[in-house]
Amino acid sequence: MTVTPLPNTTPAPALAPNRMRSLRNLIISQEGILLLVIIVLMVSVGASKENFRAPKNLTDIFQSNAYLAVAAVGMSILIISGNIDISIGSLVGVLTILAGTMVTNGFPVWLCWLVPVLVGMLVGAVNGFFVAYLRIPAIVVTLGMLSILKGSLIIVLGGTTITGMPPDFFLAQQDWLGIPTPIWFMVIAAIIGTVWMRYSSTGRAIYAVGGNAEAARLSGINTRRITMTAFIINGLCVGVCSVMLATQFNSIQASVPVGLELKVITAAVVGGVSILGGTGLVVGSTLATILLSAIGSAMIFVGISAYWINAVRGTLILVTVLVDIYRRRRLNRR
Amino acid sequence: MTVSETPIQPPQRPGGEGIMRLLLKQETVLAIILVIAVLVLSTQTDKFLTKDNILNQGRLLTEVALMAMPMTFIIITGGIDLSVGSIFGLTAIVLGYCFDPKNLGLPLEVAIVIAIAVGTLAGFINGLFIVRMGVPPLIMTLATLALFRGLAEGISQARSVRGYPEWFAQLGQKDFAGAPTQLWVAIIVIFITGIVLARTTFGRSLYAIGNNELGARFSGIAVDRVKLLIYTFSGFMAAIAGYIYVSRVGTTRSDMGTGLELDVIAAVVLGGTSIFGGSGTVLGTVIGLIMIQLLKDGLSLSGVKGDATIVIVGIVLILSIMVNNFIQRRTGASA
Repeated sequence: MTVTPLPNTTPAPALAPNRMRSLRNLIISQEGILLLVIIVLMVSVGASKENFRAPKNLTDIFQSNAYLAVAAVGMSILIISGNIDISIGSLVGVLTILAGTMVTNGFPVWLCWLVPVLVGMLVGAVNGFFVAYLRIPAIVVTLGMLSILKGSLIIVLGGTTITGMPPDFFLAQQDWLGIPTPIWFMVIAAIIGTVWMRYSSTGRAIYAVGGNAEAARLSGINTRRITMTAFIINGLCVGVCSVMLATQFNSIQASVPVGLELKVITAAVVGGVSILGGTGLVVGSTLATILLSAIGSAMIFVGISAYWINAVRGTLILVTVLVDIYRRRRLNRR
Repeated sequence: MTVSETPIQPPQRPGGEGIMRLLLKQETVLAIILVIAVLVLSTQTDKFLTKDNILNQGRLLTEVALMAMPMTFIIITGGIDLSVGSIFGLTAIVLGYCFDPKNLGLPLEVAIVIAIAVGTLAGFINGLFIVRMGVPPLIMTLATLALFRGLAEGISQARSVRGYPEWFAQLGQKDFAGAPTQLWVAIIVIFITGIVLARTTFGRSLYAIGNNELGARFSGIAVDRVKLLIYTFSGFMAAIAGYIYVSRVGTTRSDMGTGLELDVIAAVVLGGTSIFGGSGTVLGTVIGLIMIQLLKDGLSLSGVKGDATIVIVGIVLILSIMVNNFIQRRTGASA
């Protein structure tokens, strides 16, 4: 892949002495552009459509896809480490059912929130083990895991629906300090993920391994352990995502959410994480999730059929990637 | 299928005699697993090894098989095409949209040509962006996976189209010379792609690109043109597969072919094509295809619930790669 114009450079920390320059860097960064687009979209649609700017709709935009944003934090970290996980849709299917089955069988509610997260981490560890220690490419391992989880779900439960959960089970329907819990989870995951990746030694090591695994190994980083860590964190995020999804509605379907892994990978990529690993900020994926959610809502208010949403999503990935390539070319030329 | 049935033969002498080397090739390992699986499954039910069943499986196999051939080419060059399932769906929808009297109402022959042209164009667009703009294939085809599916959904507005004339079913539902019509198409395509990959300069250049793209460029291979060609070919084959599928089921819906890309990639990878590029054969992919189809079929005949058989596909996929890695490391064949 030597000819691709995407060099594996870590994002240059904005330490320029010139304040204007660092401000400009912020604005032309992926995160800055995303934020700008979200604001422009919301203001322009909100100005003409009164119902769009109603508090209920604005809350909905942030809330409805928050579970995807949490999973996207894990996916971003995993992609930064140079790996990918295409099995998360199946895993979410299994974990939501696990939470529902446990609570209807009388387990305490806190345990039904905790166990899916732990199982998610365990599955992440299994994936990570195959990738790090048996050296099977991540895309192959998780493709296999996708089949295994999806098939198991069908064998065990074949399309049943779980209902009759106790009222205090519905974590994602609660408010804390007047703000719905999914928004809390989304914000907390984005902040912790971004700060941890940027400032902890493990986070920096994940960037290093994703940028150049051999160089990272030679500089004393235990690359296998770092790969394992990235997979386990991804499992953790998928677990939290599953609990939020399971507690959002009054029934849980024993099925795999269609295309969830692609929505999450899209969020990470549109958020500025290079699929080649080594670069990107976690918070970008959160902004990308909000943007996709806002576009979906705006389309309804402007009167475009919701069936076009996937076409918009695809175009958005393409535009993001082309802008990114163009920007990198300009930076390289300078 | 249990783990113990997987034959692992550690070589006595690395790089030994020809027969030893033949035994250790991924295709051979797979073929042995396949034979064992068939034997085990045929003891479970007497419906499995019948001519009707085998031919019917060939009918079901064709669509994935057609897409797996260009996918083998693409993965050998170190790329990937995630958008084939969406091109498949888009072709089906365009076919239905052009034919539907309530929409364009074109003659069915014209509709078929337009649909296949659209699918081919879709593949060409993938190739063009990958080659000209340098977008990584994974990202490009991820974007078009969403984009082409979105176009299919947007064009169809979730309406299905039925009412195709009798002759249209020939390709998908009828037989020709004693076997399902589409199986002949698959056999011809497999035969041609196999020869192209193994016996032509074009085929060798795919391996060269997969092993060292820059090196291939410097040695005078028209890397860009080759890549553009194989992604376009992939779009074309996905379109043909979509056409055959519509002919088989007699209706069009915008969700057709969702997730099909994973079946295709699984067959190619199971067949021993390295996901990193540089190695793989058409024969391996064919064995991978047959193995997945027969396992699914044999298990469902033995009473395993429908889609649950994909558990086995997942396990076999990971195991076969592990066995292959193990053997390669023992023989020192891997770089």
